[in-house]
Amino acid sequence: MTALTRALRRRLLGQGAEPPREAPALTDSPGDEPAPIDIAPNDPLLPYLQSASGAIDTEALELDSPALAELRAAGVRLVVPLVSQGELIGVLNLGPRLSEQDYSSDDRKLLDNLAAQAAPALRVGQLVRQQEAEARTRQRFEQELEVAKLIQQNFLPKQLPELAGWQVSAYYRPAREVGGDFYDVIPLPDGQVGFVIGDVTDKGVPAALVMAATRSVLRASAQRLVDPGEVLERVNEHLCPDMPEKMFVTCLYGVLDPETGHFRFANAGHDLPYVKTAKGSEELRARGMPLGLMSGMPYEEKETVLVPGDSLLLHSDGVVEAHDPEGGMFGFPRLKQAVADYPGGGELIDRVLADLHVHTGPGAEQEDDITMVVLQRSAGAAHVRHNGAVPDELLAEFEVESAEGNERLAIDRVAAAVGSLGIAAPRLERLKTAVGEATMNAMEHGNAYQADRPVTVRVLAGGDTVRVQIADHGDAAGESEAEVPDLEAKLAGLQRPRGWGLFLIKNLVDEMRETSDGGRHTLELALRLEGGDDGDE
Amino acid sequence: MATSEAPAAVRHRDGVAVIDLSGDVDRRAEASMEAAWAEASAGGPDAVILNFDGAGYINSTGIALIVTLLAKARAGGIEIRAYGLSPHYREIFEITRLADFLAIEPDEESAVRGAEGSNHD
Repeated sequence: MTALTRALRRRLLGQGAEPPREAPALTDSPGDEPAPIDIAPNDPLLPYLQSASGAIDTEALELDSPALAELRAAGVRLVVPLVSQGELIGVLNLGPRLSEQDYSSDDRKLLDNLAAQAAPALRVGQLVRQQEAEARTRQRFEQELEVAKLIQQNFLPKQLPELAGWQVSAYYRPAREVGGDFYDVIPLPDGQVGFVIGDVTDKGVPAALVMAATRSVLRASAQRLVDPGEVLERVNEHLCPDMPEKMFVTCLYGVLDPETGHFRFANAGHDLPYVKTAKGSEELRARGMPLGLMSGMPYEEKETVLVPGDSLLLHSDGVVEAHDPEGGMFGFPRLKQAVADYPGGGELIDRVLADLHVHTGPGAEQEDDITMVVLQRSAGAAHVRHNGAVPDELLAEFEVESAEGNERLAIDRVAAAVGSLGIAAPRLERLKTAVGEATMNAMEHGNAYQADRPVTVRVLAGGDTVRVQIADHGDAAGESEAEVPDLEAKLAGLQRPRGWGLFLIKNLVDEMRETSDGGRHTLELALRLEGGDDGDE
Repeated sequence: MATSEAPAAVRHRDGVAVIDLSGDVDRRAEASMEAAWAEASAGGPDAVILNFDGAGYINSTGIALIVTLLAKARAGGIEIRAYGLSPHYREIFEITRLADFLAIEPDEESAVRGAEGSNHD
């Protein structure tokens, strides 16, 4: 139909999308592709085109517009705006008619109709391209996240060590944009165990790679060197030369002797761990620069002893730096208090996570990786082997807060722990009642219902017997019921109505023994899995 | 779990008072059981029957509450019978010798009839 057209690019302002690369161009002959004309975003021609009702005669238009001047110079006579849903998405530029006559009103009508149909089709084409580009970007990003996650998860311990007299619990949850958290447990000579928690600055694949490198160097150094400070020094020397700019690693490394409870540690700028003792909670401090910043750094080495009942929390900054909707951080003081208030072990992790959830509010996206590792030294004495035969297997170990009614929690958890042992229902009922009574005694007499004095319960199975150890903070003498309950005396008002607990326990289990050691009082209940009285009602 | 609504409710039938226990018989049942006893024993019934059908967990504090009722019953010359105990709690009643001081019946009808048979001392 007509002569000259030009592809015209319009700069899209602040829409974040690529400009439509090829507007539909009608050319009179191949190889005669004219250069596109750019319209500056502030050119008055743009708003004019946007609101125009049809084809515009460039000669008749009076507008102080550089683009218009350029169009005229290029021989464009008619400009037909392509508007879709109120948005200018392109223009058709036409040169003079080949017949050298002016465009007729029929021509213009035809062009308007053409523009009205071309505009939505062009818009659809643009949207499809835009979405394809966005999808590609998103997919690349997701793939990267997946790779980072894979690297990271591959280097986390597949299982935690089982140490007699200790409970090791760990939690790791990456944020959506995987951060650089990691933890590790390294078996060392002489039964010692190395514990590592660390955080690489930055996120995604780069952080994951640095984390993998750090972990490998640390593992190798830990085998060769004994002192945690020396180990970190060596790791730092290895990392420094190759560390990408602006990246570094904070890391705490400690060596536990499970026999004695000695924990020697050094800290490369990582968040201070908390230790929960009978007195509350405190930080474990040791000075040292993050790894990978500067070579030749010394790392201070400290030592602490975890006594039975103590627990140690290693954590990453994803915990204390979690924000509430108003921007307030969870903070160190709150975490320290949580360590003091809550039982140790896996329950500490669960309770801190619950507090975090309350703090950030429902549905909040996790900002950073969250990692916690808890070393809990069992409250009771070390494992005792009965009859020198098969060592007892620890079926469960947990703490119950000293609060009225909480013996029910102990009953339920013990029942669940022994569920697979096949104890006949009547004997199981006896064990449950005995556990409930022993826990009540421990909470009331041993711990005076103080919230910071939990009762520790351990369930052990060995041979044909299940043993439940229930430990409190009291001394044995204070909590035994002084008198043997005598119902006649009680009915006659010579004894108080209460005082049935120990009497019931003794009559319900096969064996009951009390031990006391250094402020811990433990009642051990033993029940044979099968008894001659199983046939009883 | 805590049953806040009347853990011990009283019914009268055939000259006896029945205390229906529901939920846990522990420290939280104390006030309710005391009130139930006062109501059940008020009209000089032939006997008071403890219905454990709806009772769940009974601990040593609950046993002490039953001992207290039993002491009051002895002082007032009222016989106490019980039914609805699970085999486990029946055993507990035997260990504590509560079973020697209150008749444990298999069901409510026997408990009521036992009271009518009135061979109490």
